Amino acid sequence: MADQTQQNTAEIKDEPSKKPTSPNADLKLDFNSFWEYSAAPESSDFVEIRKSYDHYINGNFTAPEKDRTMKSINPATEEVLTEFAEGTSEDVDKAVKAARKAYNKTWSKLSGRERGKYIYRIARIIQEKARELAIIESMDGGKPIRESRDVDIPLAAAYFFYYAGWADKLDYAFPGRKTEPVGVCGQIIPWNFPLLMLSWKIAPALAAGNTVILKPAESTPITALKFAEICSEAGLPDGVVNIVTGAGQTGSAIVNHPDIDKIAFTGSTEVGKIIQKSLAGTDKKFTLELGGKGPNIVFEDASVDQAVEGIINAIFFNQGHVCCAGSRLLVQEGIAERLIGKLKDRMETLIVGDPLDKNTDVGAINSKAQHERIKEYLDIGVSEGATMFQTNGSVPEKGYFCKPTLFTDVGQSNRIVQEEIFGPVLTVQTFRTPEEAVQKANNTPYGLAGGIWTDKGSKIFKVSQKVRSGVVWANTYNKFDPTSPFGGYKESGVGREGGLHGLYPYVNLLPS
Amino acid sequence: MNTITIPDFNQTIPIDKIGVEERVSRLNKRSIKKESKMQALKLALSMIDLTTLEGKDSEGKVIQMCRKARVPHASRPDLPSVAAVCVYPTMVATAKKALEGTNINVASVSTAFPSGMAPRQVKLDDTRFAVDQGADEIDMVISRGEFLKGNYNYIFDEIAEIKEACGDAHLKVILETGELETYENVRKASDIAMYAGADFIKTSTGKISPAATQPVTLVMLEAIRDFYRDTGIMVGMKPAGGIRKAKQSLQYLVLVKETLGAAWLTPEWYRFGASSLTNDLLMQIIKQDTGVYQNPDYFSED
Amino acid sequence: MPDRIEVLKTYKTYVGGNFPRSESGRTYPVNNRDGENIANACRCTRKDVRDAVGTARSAFGGWSSRSAYNRGQILYRIAEMLEGRKDQFTEELEKAGLKRKDALREVELSIDRLIYFAGWTDKYPQVFGTVNPVASSHFNFSSPEATGVVGIILDDSSNLLSLISTMAPVIAGGNVCVVIAPEKQPLSAISFGEVLHASDVPGGVVNILSGFRDEVIDTLSGHMNVNAVLNTVDNPEVRKLIDENASISVKRVKHLPVESWSDESLENPYLIIDFQETKTTWHPVGV
Repeated sequence: MADQTQQNTAEIKDEPSKKPTSPNADLKLDFNSFWEYSAAPESSDFVEIRKSYDHYINGNFTAPEKDRTMKSINPATEEVLTEFAEGTSEDVDKAVKAARKAYNKTWSKLSGRERGKYIYRIARIIQEKARELAIIESMDGGKPIRESRDVDIPLAAAYFFYYAGWADKLDYAFPGRKTEPVGVCGQIIPWNFPLLMLSWKIAPALAAGNTVILKPAESTPITALKFAEICSEAGLPDGVVNIVTGAGQTGSAIVNHPDIDKIAFTGSTEVGKIIQKSLAGTDKKFTLELGGKGPNIVFEDASVDQAVEGIINAIFFNQGHVCCAGSRLLVQEGIAERLIGKLKDRMETLIVGDPLDKNTDVGAINSKAQHERIKEYLDIGVSEGATMFQTNGSVPEKGYFCKPTLFTDVGQSNRIVQEEIFGPVLTVQTFRTPEEAVQKANNTPYGLAGGIWTDKGSKIFKVSQKVRSGVVWANTYNKFDPTSPFGGYKESGVGREGGLHGLYPYVNLLPS
Repeated sequence: MNTITIPDFNQTIPIDKIGVEERVSRLNKRSIKKESKMQALKLALSMIDLTTLEGKDSEGKVIQMCRKARVPHASRPDLPSVAAVCVYPTMVATAKKALEGTNINVASVSTAFPSGMAPRQVKLDDTRFAVDQGADEIDMVISRGEFLKGNYNYIFDEIAEIKEACGDAHLKVILETGELETYENVRKASDIAMYAGADFIKTSTGKISPAATQPVTLVMLEAIRDFYRDTGIMVGMKPAGGIRKAKQSLQYLVLVKETLGAAWLTPEWYRFGASSLTNDLLMQIIKQDTGVYQNPDYFSED
Repeated sequence: MPDRIEVLKTYKTYVGGNFPRSESGRTYPVNNRDGENIANACRCTRKDVRDAVGTARSAFGGWSSRSAYNRGQILYRIAEMLEGRKDQFTEELEKAGLKRKDALREVELSIDRLIYFAGWTDKYPQVFGTVNPVASSHFNFSSPEATGVVGIILDDSSNLLSLISTMAPVIAGGNVCVVIAPEKQPLSAISFGEVLHASDVPGGVVNILSGFRDEVIDTLSGHMNVNAVLNTVDNPEVRKLIDENASISVKRVKHLPVESWSDESLENPYLIIDFQETKTTWHPVGV
């Protein structure tokens, strides 16, 4: 039959592969030898990034007190995108004064309904500028345009949309209680989801009637500065949102400012602990969204192909720069070999490269420092005796890239199993019984998120109750929604963001 | 020769609907441009089973369709011909004659297509008739009623017997996934068909809505992948019905590429059951070459 | 000479359902409000704290997975037991220097407060849990879950009611606790262990230590196996120490300075929620 079906096409010159007749034949699937996707870069022509940015204080871009600047680098090209001010305590103080004034004079006087309308405006403008924001997010942070376009930016708009509606409904949020705003909030966000984390912070704060000073991460400040322009465009009263750029010292100035009533921080557990300590003895409220080492538990009765996809989403989404990443795969023994085989096949189809290419699955590692850190962990993994698997595909020579990586032959005591790597690196352990899975899952100081894969409903409920983490994704992973509370147990943080629960940190409750 | 263990078809392989659909949606985000687009358009063209399956089919219509199959676009003789034409058994001889001297196969539906509501013997006779008439490929339908009843052995035996009746002809097994409703049923029917000897598994008759969908196709491709892993045997895939646009066909090809890999990206292992797709592919190919959007009036409809 | 020599009570600690002495063997004199010695209490050490935390941790799994109904029944049972020993506790409070009327009121308020929180066990998850209407095809719900081991540090503003008002919401929510009894007046708190012992409360769920606060709160608030601290001591240095220690393992801290423990505002479910984590579960919806 093969002869008869042979086509006289220009494209298919080789004889189509013959049917292998024996299971001993090489059963490797080959994903890359034929029909490579041509480059499909998103054009960044119309994107406007200024050569340099000042702080955004009291409704205006304001020159820093001291002439200190930092540079934001495109991690995929190592080119400088912009310069921005490195905030000092004087800058922070100026921003806090603006926020306090806005809180006292305008924002707290405004009705919830009117506050909400401003927040709705912001949501709409984000939607209008979605494309530009997505491109900037990918240029500044290295994340694939597919993700910034389909996840980061639409979700950021959705969070503003969701919380806008709460502004005039706060009386219904907490049974038996009235709410009042906390006051001036200092917010420090990470570099992995710059605009999205901004929205998680600013949207509920404004809805509840607070004013804010937000510091974006020093490697990804641009969308926050774009957001400042959006605030002006929305006509938001001056001083309600202030953006101060800078690094750790700027953050510290915010944390330690005496006239800030609440601190919200997302970042590493290490820094979170320092912040919590700095706040000791003060009356400042705080929420912390910290690190994680998410277990992703696959039982043998799971829908295997969807589980594989879930594992991919769990660890390779955003280059693994996700605090809730499913970085520890726990597989039930009986399907381990089959699952890992499928996983490797699937990993081979991941395209690593230009974040602006619409086909890129894994973009650039966010910064040189993070790239170094991940490489160090790869070395540690190998030296700990683990077996490392990396995909065959190529990575660009320039820029910071890391191939999707899988470690097998690891144990609970290995550093790569215990420590948060924050990169596209997955460890695989096997288990026999559900109890063993739960025990391994919980054997960590973290407790942010975890996954469970099984077709059996009762097992999902039992295991999800036993896993000590703030989010449990059952038969899915890395899903986010403004209505859905997010936050950790144990050392993964304090408090929740998102949903009704996300309002709680931004209000004081009063007897009604 | 290694023996193949036939699984217990009463055991359902769990498939998560949302997970399948999310995977498809992600694959649909592949952006196929420039050279890769041209390559895929031509590949898709070469994979078409040009089909006419109507009660009013005439010899004239079949002959004209065969001309189209040989040279899809007269002004571009360099373009590939399609893989096969697909007709009713009574039209096989006509098609066979019209395609003499080409590599284009003649596929015939059989087994009381499209409903399959006929006794086993009738289905076997139907198949033998088509093969006798010269069909290179047989597209059979499974008895969905028996399947939904849980009579999986019946389906298995039915396919195995038809396979035997096919002789040298390739057997494509149409699952009519639109009537199976769940992805788990699609997976199960795929497995039964493959273990019973199918050379190809095919989504639909085109007579039931929904016909081929991408999630269904993905589930079938994953079944093929597992079957290949477990037995070493490659089975082909044919989505049929509802694929009218070039863009859709590229999305289907992405599914194949990223599920089964390069080995399946040939007409030997992958087909599109379609007719109007041909012209849309041609229009896209000419557009790619000329940079000008095309008008259907310039493309022959047979 | 009295006709009969009174049998004096030895006050020990309550840990893991038992009544051990401090591992140190040390005690300290407890005086009534007039400064007269009325008993000796265990002067617990860092090691006692460590042991109590370990014991509490082992009890957590069992207690937190009890049904809400069962926890409610057990809290109600505590109230019943206390009601039965009303006289004992009233007398003990009198001995410590309270007027009879006030002593009785404190015991009665304690009983009522237990019942108040007993009733919440199977309701707060309904009031504070949510089904979240996410935009994708997923069923998504959030429910409160116990945070774990809670250290409760009591000031000297009350003998019994402060213990009840803090312990009840903590254990109603499925947590376990290690309580540092009021330093100056620990006797009622220690005696309350007997009530717990008689009330079907599994050993280790509530552990009560006495001693010098300065000697134990550092260890308790720093212990990595403690998930949260509830502190009623209204002292800036104590608060700071607890906060700083909490940061070592990202503990949740609730400072609850209370002027009057009889204040009804202490009866609210937010005291339960302060020691709950919100767990959000996602699952696809599809056939």
